[in-house]
Amino acid sequence: MAVFKRTTVLKEQLTHYCPGCGHGIVHRLVAEVIDELGIREQTIGTAPVGCAVLLYNYFNCDIIECAHGRSPAVATGIKRVHPDRIVFAYQGDGDLAAIGTAETIHAANRGENITVIFVNNAIYGMTGGQMAPTTMPGQITTTTPQGRGCHKEGPPIKVCELLAALDGVSYLERTAVSSPRDVMNAKKAIKKAFQNQIEGKGFSLVEVLSMCPTDWKLSPAQSVEFVNEKMKKIFPLGVFKDQQI
Amino acid sequence: MAEAAIQAGCRFFAGYPITPQNEVPEYMASRMPEVGGVFIQAESEVAAINMIFGASAAGARCMTSSSSPGISLKQEGISYIAAAELPCVIANMQRGGPGLGNIRASQGDYFQAVKGGGHGDYRLIVVSAATLQELYTLTMNAFDWADYYRNPVLILGDGILGQMAEPVEILPYRPVLEIPPKDYILTGCKGRNPRVIKTLILDPAEGLVQHNEHLQEKYSRIERELCLYETYQIEDAELIVTGFGITGRIAKAAVRKARQKGLAAGLIRPITLWPFPKKIYQQAAMTAQKVLVVEMNHGQMIEDVKLAMDCAIPTEFLGKGGGWYPDEKAVLEAIESMLESPAASVKGGA
Repeated sequence: MAVFKRTTVLKEQLTHYCPGCGHGIVHRLVAEVIDELGIREQTIGTAPVGCAVLLYNYFNCDIIECAHGRSPAVATGIKRVHPDRIVFAYQGDGDLAAIGTAETIHAANRGENITVIFVNNAIYGMTGGQMAPTTMPGQITTTTPQGRGCHKEGPPIKVCELLAALDGVSYLERTAVSSPRDVMNAKKAIKKAFQNQIEGKGFSLVEVLSMCPTDWKLSPAQSVEFVNEKMKKIFPLGVFKDQQI
Repeated sequence: MAEAAIQAGCRFFAGYPITPQNEVPEYMASRMPEVGGVFIQAESEVAAINMIFGASAAGARCMTSSSSPGISLKQEGISYIAAAELPCVIANMQRGGPGLGNIRASQGDYFQAVKGGGHGDYRLIVVSAATLQELYTLTMNAFDWADYYRNPVLILGDGILGQMAEPVEILPYRPVLEIPPKDYILTGCKGRNPRVIKTLILDPAEGLVQHNEHLQEKYSRIERELCLYETYQIEDAELIVTGFGITGRIAKAAVRKARQKGLAAGLIRPITLWPFPKKIYQQAAMTAQKVLVVEMNHGQMIEDVKLAMDCAIPTEFLGKGGGWYPDEKAVLEAIESMLESPAASVKGGA
C-alpha cells in the first residue's frame, strides 16, 4: 500500500500560503522531484519577489532570493560558476512575464542549462490582486476594475508560446495543478525539466496554471473551476517544445 | 584594469556595451576563456549586475563595468548586493550627463558613487585612480577589499582613464589582506546545513533594524581601516589644491608648475573616495590658508572637503560638467589668482 510521506526537501513547517493556493502543491512537486532524483545537496534554488519569496522557509536546500524578475540572470550567474550543480528558478507571472521579461527571454535564448518553474495564477498575489501580464481577458482585478481589456491592457501574454519561437530553448510545457490528473502531469513535466538539466540539455521551463482564491475572490472550489473552465482555454496545456539543443 | 582583474583571480565578468568602457568587456571576451573564466554579454545592465549577484553568491571573484547611464541602471542590483553583503567589483568610466549626456569624460557621478545611488542605507567602497598603473594596482586590491569586507567596491574612473593608453607594468597579484573562507556561498548543501542569501527581513525578531546597525558597524570599521590618498608638497603649502582621479593628476602638474614659480601650493588627491580621507584634510586645514577644489562637475566632492575641514578655511571651486576638463594652465591660473589676489573670483564659479 502506498503511504504518503514527507519529502526530505521540504521542512516540517506550516506555509504562509492562503487556503486553496496552488503554491503549496507546486512546492511539494518540486520537492518530490528533487528528492527522487537525489539532488537536494547539489541544488541551488532562486526565490522570486511575489508570494513565493519565502520559499527558503520551506525548501531544505541552498536558496538565493532575487530582485523582482531577475531570477534568470541570477541563476545564470550561479550556474555558470557551478555548471555541475542543479539550479532552479521559481517564479510567478508578474516576476517572469512583466518586470523580468527580458531576463526570461535572454536566459532562455542563451539556452542556460537551468530549470524554471513558472507559476501562472493570472494575478499579483502578494501585492493584493493587481493585473498580471497573464490576467485573463475581462478578469476583474484591483487595477482592472472594469475587467482586463477595457483600457488598452492588451491580451494575456502566453509565455510558452512566446518562448517556443526561440531556437535556443530546449523544453517548454504548460501544466496545471487543478485536478489530480493535472498534478500528476505537472510532476512528470517538472521531473523532465530537472532531468534535462542533469543531462545538460539546456533551458527548460514548466508553466503551472495555479489557483489564487484570495485575490480572485472565489472559493477554493470555484478557483479550481476557474482554472479548468477558463484559464485552460486561454492557456492550453501541453508540450510546446522538446528538443535537444 | 581588465588584466589586473584576471591577475587577481576574477573569473566571471558580465557587462553590456556602453561607451567609453567597451574596451573592458571586449578584453574580457577574449581573455576569460583563456583562463577558464566566464564572460557573458548580458541583455541589459540590470541583467549584468544580477548575474554578478549570482556569481558572487556562488563564490566567484566577479566584476562588471559600465559608464554613467549604465551604472544608474545597475543601482537596483548594487543595493541588493550591498544588502546581502556579497563581494564584487564594479567599474564606472564616467561620461558626461545627466541623461544620455555625451561620451566625453566627466566626474558627475561622484555623489551617486559615494552617497548611495540605489535605495537604502548602504555604502560602497569607492576608489579612484590617476594613472593606468595605479588603476591596475587598485583593481587588484579592490577584489581583496570586496572579499575581506564582503562589500561591493566601485572603481570610479572616467572616460579619459577608460580610453587613454600609457605603459603599465603587469605585476603579479599579491593579496593585500588575508581573506577569510567564504562560509556563506551557495554550492549545494552537501555535508552542511542549507544556506540562504536574502535581503527581505520582515520578521521583527530577525530585525531589519539590527541588520542596518550591523551594516553601519561594518562601514565604521571600513572607515577606520581603509584610507588612501596622495599628497604633494602640502607641508608648507598656503593653498591646497585637491581633485580626484584624472583631475588630481592634472592638478598635480599645475601645482608643480606653481612651485616652480615660487607659489606655495600643495596637492591632496584622495584615492579612496569612500571612505573619504578626512584626516589629511583636517591636518591641512591647520596649516594652509585656502583650498581649491577641481572637479569635472559642478561641485560634488567639494562638499566632502568642506565637511572634512569643517569649513575652517576659504574654499573655491574650479569645474564644469558635461564633458569639460581642466588643463594644467586653467588650474595654474586659478592657483595664481588665489595666491596673488585673495579677493579674486575663480573661473568656474565657487
